[in-house]
Amino acid sequence: MYNFTYHRAGSVDAAAAKLAEGDDPKLLAGGMTLLPTMKQRLAMPSDLVDLNEIGELKGITVSGGTVTIGAMTRHAEVAASAEVRQAIPALAKLAGLIGDPSVRNRGTIGGSIANNDPSADYPAAVVGLGATVVTNKREIAGDDFFTGMFETALEDGEIVTAVRFPVPEKAAYCKFPNPASRYAVVGVMVAKTAGGVRVAVTGAGPCVFRQADMEKALSSNFSADALSGITQPADDLNDDIHASAAYRASLVAVGAKRAVAEIA
Amino acid sequence: MTVKVTTTVNGGQVSGDVEPNTLLVHFIRETLGLTGTHVGCDTSQCGACTVHFDGVPIKSCTLLALQAEGHDVTTIEGIGEPGHLHPMQAAFQENHGLQCGFCTPGMIMAGIGIVERNKGGLTEETIRHELEGNICRCTGYHNIVKSIAAAARDM
Repeated sequence: MYNFTYHRAGSVDAAAAKLAEGDDPKLLAGGMTLLPTMKQRLAMPSDLVDLNEIGELKGITVSGGTVTIGAMTRHAEVAASAEVRQAIPALAKLAGLIGDPSVRNRGTIGGSIANNDPSADYPAAVVGLGATVVTNKREIAGDDFFTGMFETALEDGEIVTAVRFPVPEKAAYCKFPNPASRYAVVGVMVAKTAGGVRVAVTGAGPCVFRQADMEKALSSNFSADALSGITQPADDLNDDIHASAAYRASLVAVGAKRAVAEIA
Repeated sequence: MTVKVTTTVNGGQVSGDVEPNTLLVHFIRETLGLTGTHVGCDTSQCGACTVHFDGVPIKSCTLLALQAEGHDVTTIEGIGEPGHLHPMQAAFQENHGLQCGFCTPGMIMAGIGIVERNKGGLTEETIRHELEGNICRCTGYHNIVKSIAAAARDM
């Protein structure tokens, strides 16, 4: 990888200040995507601002029907958290399906959502559970956060500090992982929440999306049978060596049914 | 421009001057001369470079050496020695959990993590599932799984 200037930030404010100074700076969270990308020279930041030593960005709190996860909390911590497993088991399960154990010991929720890989798992949780992304500048509704392939609503200099998940009545996540990389070929989060039924799909398209037809059907009848006959159009879905668009479309329907069957 | 990094490796404090883009695995192998930690794929998939960082397995090809500042690193050299093998090393020896041996240091460091994460009871299915980040091209994994299960009984 090309060389860069390394900064170890001790606080969010210090990280924001360093981010404002650099020529083409990037934040270093878990590094599980950024460092491999830099090795391939697909990213060549002038400066890396390391968030790993910032205590205020780490940790999980559950109170008042909300699970708040600090941006630098590792996937392994979310997967193993007794509190998350009790409040939103589907979220703990999702975190435990990311990558492999060594990757889960480094990768973070903030890094995952800020990168917005089309095959990442966390976007399905943020959208499917109707979460709120908290940054050093504002709060962003999960529905508005992911704007396109590797694109988010984050502005220059904006740092994700936490994600707040409202505890749903029930939720389940069904994932078809790529057998080699463990990225989601398709992942479907289905949740019955105070604000209605939500179905969020990752992996299938260029960006996480809600499946409105399925949400409507499940709103009147929350059962796998209600999804019979509802198909996911293959138009605009990802089509690559791992899976064709038509196959992904089929996996969306199957994944949604399996997720509902788990909790209906 | 090099930067000084000071960290704890296998219980002793070490320091060295590294470029910011130096990976932890290269610091371990080239600066410290601890060549038991291997570089296989260099893309964080194969797990040959697995070391323990603050007590948990990580892939040292996907961490900067500078990120180890003030942290605690354990490599394969730090867990046992000839005549006093770690139970996981002994189990790999007894169960023939290796052929060429290239992946073995990573397998052993990952295996210790698997046992420690599953103190309440470790099934063969769990071992196979949690080995997904470590690739072996020789053994077909069967004896590696047997080794980790055997070590779990002794750890």
